[in-house]
Amino acid sequence: MIDILNAITLLANYIIVPSLAYGSQLALGALGITLVYAVLRFSNFAHGEMMSFGTMISIFTIWLFQSAGISIHPLPTALLAIPVSIMITIMLLLILDRTVFRYYQAQRVQPVTFMIVSVGVMFFLAGLIRFFIGTSKKNFADGERFIIKASEFKQITGLAEGVSIRTTQAITVIVTLVLVTAVFWFLNKTRTGKSMRAFSDNEDLALLSGIKPERVIIITWMLVGALAAVAGTLYGLDKGYKPFVYLQLVLPIFAAAIIGGVGNPIGAVIGGYVIAFSEAFITFAYKRFFTYLLPEEWAPEGLVQMLSTEYKFAVSFVLLVIVLLVRPTGLFRGKTL
Amino acid sequence: MTFFEGIGMHAGYGASMILNGCSISVDKGQIAVIVGPNGAGKSTAMKALFGMLPLREGSVFSDGRDITQLRPEQRVLLGMGYVPQTNNVFPSMTVLENLEMGGFVRRDDLSQTISEIFDLFPILKTKQNQAAGELSGGQRQQVAVARAMMTKPNILMLDEPTAGVSPIVMDELFDRIIDIANTGVAILMVEQNAKQALQIADIGYVLVQGENKFKGAGTALLNNPEVRQAFLGG
Amino acid sequence: MKLSIPSSSRKAVLLFALMLGALALVGVFQSWNLMLAILNLCLISAIMALGVNLQWGYAGLFNAGIMGFAALGGLAAMLVSKAPIMGAWQAGGFGVLLGVIIWIMSGILAYLIWLRFKGRRRYWYVIIIAGAGYILSRFVLDPAILRIESFEPASSGYLGGAGLPVLLSWGVGGILAGCVAFIIGKITLGLRSDYLAIATLGISEIVIFMFKNEDWLTRGVKNVTGIPRPVPYEIDLQSTIWFQDITDSVGMNVMQASSLFVKLCYTSLFLGVLLMLLWLCERALNSPWGRMMRAIRDNETAASAMGKNVTSRHLQIFVIGSAIVGIAGAMLVTLDGQFNPSIYHPLRFTFLIWVMVVVGGSGNNFGAILGGFIVWFFWIEAETIGNMLVYIITLPLSEGSALKEHFLSTAPQLRLLIMGLVLLLFLRFSPRGLIPERISNKA
Repeated sequence: MIDILNAITLLANYIIVPSLAYGSQLALGALGITLVYAVLRFSNFAHGEMMSFGTMISIFTIWLFQSAGISIHPLPTALLAIPVSIMITIMLLLILDRTVFRYYQAQRVQPVTFMIVSVGVMFFLAGLIRFFIGTSKKNFADGERFIIKASEFKQITGLAEGVSIRTTQAITVIVTLVLVTAVFWFLNKTRTGKSMRAFSDNEDLALLSGIKPERVIIITWMLVGALAAVAGTLYGLDKGYKPFVYLQLVLPIFAAAIIGGVGNPIGAVIGGYVIAFSEAFITFAYKRFFTYLLPEEWAPEGLVQMLSTEYKFAVSFVLLVIVLLVRPTGLFRGKTL
Repeated sequence: MTFFEGIGMHAGYGASMILNGCSISVDKGQIAVIVGPNGAGKSTAMKALFGMLPLREGSVFSDGRDITQLRPEQRVLLGMGYVPQTNNVFPSMTVLENLEMGGFVRRDDLSQTISEIFDLFPILKTKQNQAAGELSGGQRQQVAVARAMMTKPNILMLDEPTAGVSPIVMDELFDRIIDIANTGVAILMVEQNAKQALQIADIGYVLVQGENKFKGAGTALLNNPEVRQAFLGG
Repeated sequence: MKLSIPSSSRKAVLLFALMLGALALVGVFQSWNLMLAILNLCLISAIMALGVNLQWGYAGLFNAGIMGFAALGGLAAMLVSKAPIMGAWQAGGFGVLLGVIIWIMSGILAYLIWLRFKGRRRYWYVIIIAGAGYILSRFVLDPAILRIESFEPASSGYLGGAGLPVLLSWGVGGILAGCVAFIIGKITLGLRSDYLAIATLGISEIVIFMFKNEDWLTRGVKNVTGIPRPVPYEIDLQSTIWFQDITDSVGMNVMQASSLFVKLCYTSLFLGVLLMLLWLCERALNSPWGRMMRAIRDNETAASAMGKNVTSRHLQIFVIGSAIVGIAGAMLVTLDGQFNPSIYHPLRFTFLIWVMVVVGGSGNNFGAILGGFIVWFFWIEAETIGNMLVYIITLPLSEGSALKEHFLSTAPQLRLLIMGLVLLLFLRFSPRGLIPERISNKA
């Protein structure tokens, strides 16, 4: 019995808790990509760098607060910085919309042209970010590190395995919950949100109904900016900020959005968690898990790992390919808001 | 002067002219029906009247005002409603939300209009929380018409409202359209089902190559042997 | 051989002349050695751009994973040319072969099942078989890989290659890249256009991850150096009598001359490949096949209504374009003489090629080549420009201030920003590039 509890605790510590946090970050990212897709109708490759930009602003703000001695210990200063980051990221996106994207919107170019434009924006932003903050890794999580440490957990429960929950993980999940709820409330309950969905559903009819496209697009970029800033900051808070990583993050985020059905916000959020949990389940070494559950003589020799951790990005790719083969519209029927 | 009219309209896409001087008019409470062979410019005439296609010549008047230069969304504010032939609902939104979007330009309370529309289309009331894309073809057309009614228009334009629905549903839709006309709305519609549509029409227009070929009361056109011969299949 | 430069494009000739002039300036003012080094990479870039231009310019396909195909070509160069390491083969060769056989068998089995069953079930069967095959293969692969990697890890630790002439690998690299492109294309073409972009982006990342981690195959980040050359070595030349005679008669330093000579050998090889591919591409473009491709690109709906199988045409061109990138990738590794998975950055190998195609003129092979030359040239020079810019911007900052230090250290990143800007500006103001596509008057 105690062995089973130990095994479950093991999974909770190494799979469930980290995946909830990572899944939340992906969910926010995928929600941003899906909103752009639903309203502006293109795959935004620059989204990763937009997240990175938001994180950079958060870090600068945190440094500013720290040097001014402002803190909200035991919570990380990042929570204070996020609103600033959201505002500046939104400003950046509105400038990009005005200077770059709007022109192509008016031309009604093919989605593939839009994609290249977004790739151009992606590299422009990447250069800008690295110029300002450099390429080295930055940890900006301050405040209390753990909500519960593995050793404390072991002491309380008397189990051999412990669950540790880092403050950043808890914050990630809570902030995501709040933000996602707010976005869905906005989309489903407010007049402006409904007009966004209408525009996504049927652009021509939305025009006939007197919905102004410029307004819808601006609101969309604002939402996307907020989501990107929060998603990026939470990811950096949890795992440390490295500008290069955000380029690679585009793949799991796209995979999450496609698995959920591109353009479908609920799907995007669920897709984020699907990707995170699959990565963890497939790259987890089950040796200790089986040692608890199986009789001693059956205990495995190797790590019992399906795929080494280096390949976790491959997991999202394989899932993506499977979805494209089996159900190209995604789990939740894409292309609506 | 009639309530709503387009006079001597010329319009087209690129080098090809579709409308060559046709004129259409309809008064409040009347139903006007445009019929004609394929490619005669029926739908184009509707688009031109609603400002979705710029006129090269001619003008459009509503309630005595020249609205030729107004954009479609401005015409909506003036009390014009338009139901496109296809893609005329927001498929992923509920029936109720479709109606709310129809009344998007209105800043006042919509609930009064919504309940009036539910009286007119009782089936929509029972389906109000269902996504419009999940409804049957006829119900979806009702949503489309209802959406356009949300601005309380005095001119309602319908582009082939009965395309692809069964004859029973068609009859029901026509009944609804007559009901709407009876509330004092001017109705202008393009129809493939020419015979049935002309039966309920106060005025009928037969369009050929972008010009008015015949014009007259619906029943008169139905009884006109030339029209019967050429356009109504005998 | 008919390489017809259209009479109308005097501009094209002028631009090419300017480009060569710029290279000559480098030769005169910096050094001919540097000039040839730049020229060789220009040629390779031009070939990659040619491949991508096929996909984008002819067919409108967005390949976001050029890096992966170039790396596959590079892998081929290494695997074909390096001598096999017998000890490693004895240690684990059998296990690896067995593992590969299991993969192939489960692949065939999965395919048969796919043909046999209909409906949703077959997806699950195929997934189960693939999964089972993978797990089974791990039982034989894992110990074999472990043995291979522990065989003289300081000098080898991998299986080595086939020990064949490296020139052969250029073709093999093309085939390898083409095969991967076929699989990706088969899955994603015919779906929405973004899926191809996302899938190629994904596969390119994964290919690089694999090369960095599968040490038994690639030595991972320990690099494989000393890839045999198709051209003579400087050392050998310097001790050759006839070469010494020639340099003496021209009055050149033997060391310098040998280095120049080797680079020139590469240049002529690369130029040969480029001209051959260009000729083939031009032939293709002006054949009914090429006209069909462009018709499909310009109006997919109309073309498919005419009964043309758009998806299979797209698949053809996607495979061919990727294969050309693979060839260029193999050439690059041959030139470098080493295979190092860490050099593959999406920026250098995907994005830069895109800039080349867009700047040069998508849909025009000469444009793509010109783009390859110009963009590579400026990529090298942009570093100097970026440094200068930062130097000027930071002038008001006091000497030795932390901020100034920081910006001077991150200045190389400005290249990215500049290239991003160049791409955006061209897309906006000159979307047809320097040498626009020739619009055939038959249309």
